[in-house]
Amino acid sequence: MASAEVNLGRVVKAPARARRWAAPSSFSQVFLLMRHQLKEYLTSRRLVVLLGIVAVMGVIISAIVAIYRPSYLSDSLSFYYQTWSVGINTVVVATAVILGGDAIAGEFQNKTGYFLMGQPLRRATIYAGKYLAAFVSSLGILAFFFLIFLGNGVAYFGVGALPWQYGASLLLAIVYLAAVLGTTFLFSSLFKTSAYGFVITAVLFLVGFSILQLAVVDLWNTEPWYVISYTDGVIGNVLLPNIPWGFSGEITKTISRFGPTTGNATVTYTPGIGEGVVVMLAYFLVTTIVGLILFEREEFS
Amino acid sequence: MTNPSIETVSLTKSFGSFTALDKLDLKIEGGKCVGFLGPNGAGKTTTLKLLSDMIFPTSGECYINGTSVQRERKRALGETGVLIESPELYASQTPNAALDLVCGLRGIPKAERTARIAEVLSEVKMEKWADQKFGRFSKGMKQRINIAVALVHDPDVIILDEPATGLDPRGMAEVREVVRGLKKRNRLVFMSSHILQEVTDVCDEVALIDKGKLLVYDTLANVTNRFSDGNLTVDVGFLEAPNPVVTQIIGAMEGVTSSTLIDPKRVRVRFKGGSPAQHRLLGEIVAQDLGAMSFSEPVGALEEVYLKEISKGD
Repeated sequence: MASAEVNLGRVVKAPARARRWAAPSSFSQVFLLMRHQLKEYLTSRRLVVLLGIVAVMGVIISAIVAIYRPSYLSDSLSFYYQTWSVGINTVVVATAVILGGDAIAGEFQNKTGYFLMGQPLRRATIYAGKYLAAFVSSLGILAFFFLIFLGNGVAYFGVGALPWQYGASLLLAIVYLAAVLGTTFLFSSLFKTSAYGFVITAVLFLVGFSILQLAVVDLWNTEPWYVISYTDGVIGNVLLPNIPWGFSGEITKTISRFGPTTGNATVTYTPGIGEGVVVMLAYFLVTTIVGLILFEREEFS
Repeated sequence: MTNPSIETVSLTKSFGSFTALDKLDLKIEGGKCVGFLGPNGAGKTTTLKLLSDMIFPTSGECYINGTSVQRERKRALGETGVLIESPELYASQTPNAALDLVCGLRGIPKAERTARIAEVLSEVKMEKWADQKFGRFSKGMKQRINIAVALVHDPDVIILDEPATGLDPRGMAEVREVVRGLKKRNRLVFMSSHILQEVTDVCDEVALIDKGKLLVYDTLANVTNRFSDGNLTVDVGFLEAPNPVVTQIIGAMEGVTSSTLIDPKRVRVRFKGGSPAQHRLLGEIVAQDLGAMSFSEPVGALEEVYLKEISKGD
């Protein structure tokens, strides 16, 4: 019997009850969730472990420089190019993957999502709150890595020799962080298992994009401007004497091209700073939008 | 503001070729508890997840207090407390932190939060664990906190999916007490359960679902009445083993069709005349001072209905 509206005797007709509380704006909720997630990073010691890893990296590089006194100690730009810019990409990828890899997938896998999904929130609010928490935490890690080499630089060259390009490089690293985190969140939304989010993003950024970059250069003989492992070169290139500001330049990341069709010629492509920023922002926007759409459609089934 | 209500309109949910829920039309209104019954895979959790926007309907829509869950999630869930699938809580967090977040997300001012959190933790008997990390909690303790999360904002509508999961008998009894308290405060509780005793004890109405289709939705008394040839059944409990004469006295009361001693201190009474007769019968038993100490609808009656209805579809 498919009973629909049944006339039930025990319905209690009570006087209207005024709502005591109303959910705040989505904007406020994003910041509440961000703060909550930041606390979670702290209490779960994930952030502390990351800081430890970065500290060890910084100490090792600093020690090598201090002991071997390499030739690039002759000027501050070279110093930052050879130290900070060598490690920062790895720091960004590691931070984004560790903080963001399970941000969305973990909600499904660990069933913590049922806790948030029962609240009066838009799904986009959850996504944004978690993204911002990962972003802010990662900024802290980047700042720490930045300060390690700033301290080194000041010790070797004095405060007066601090180049503005070092600050510019940090800003470019932050744009790169936004892109990598966007991609990490995209993969985290795509899968309901945290491990996939971690592994795919790490493999993609540490190996995948580099292989793609080589393939584009060697097989198609074109500039791999749309491959992020190419455009992230701007983080280091801004520390070189002749900065390629626009959408192409002369000083670059050099990519060796090899193979039967191209011989042993060496092709040099340079990501301009503008080009790098635009491509990294595009990665951020596209991956964030796609990740959001996926999360909006994901079911807690 | 109107009475608390839940409504599903032609609500359908398919997973591939499997139809988990088939054009469910159900309207529940008022301060009461409705038990949502059905075998595993009947569509109970699917319905509750659709009501809380955790999954999306293939067609149809559902409303809480007249607000579409699918179109206005934030507003609809603002007046709702939800406990579905026994959510896990972040291991490194404490009940106070989790409830503080929920209060924030629901707009409870900071000045009121501490008192409100203490109140709800006390209601689920977890006040002593307020600052302990969830990682140390048993399944039952986590479930108590989940219930607190669903109630902290004093919602009009409470959706509970197997709330007694993981709880010991004492915990189950406490959940029943919480639900009774909610009913008294004119809250609408829609609760799925496999425990027929729990449903009989606290629910005013039952909705029975199988294979995605609603089979019955009515008051508990009407449902059991409908499937017992017009007879209602109650169990009368006694302080001491009753004299055989007591069974005869009850058997002779107006409307009573049978009166049987089913265990040393319990007499099962079947009678005609629906709820008014039940009311009269209780009055008479009390008035005659037969030593009765309880008067309840037996689980057996609901179980009978449940099994009859479910077997129809096989």
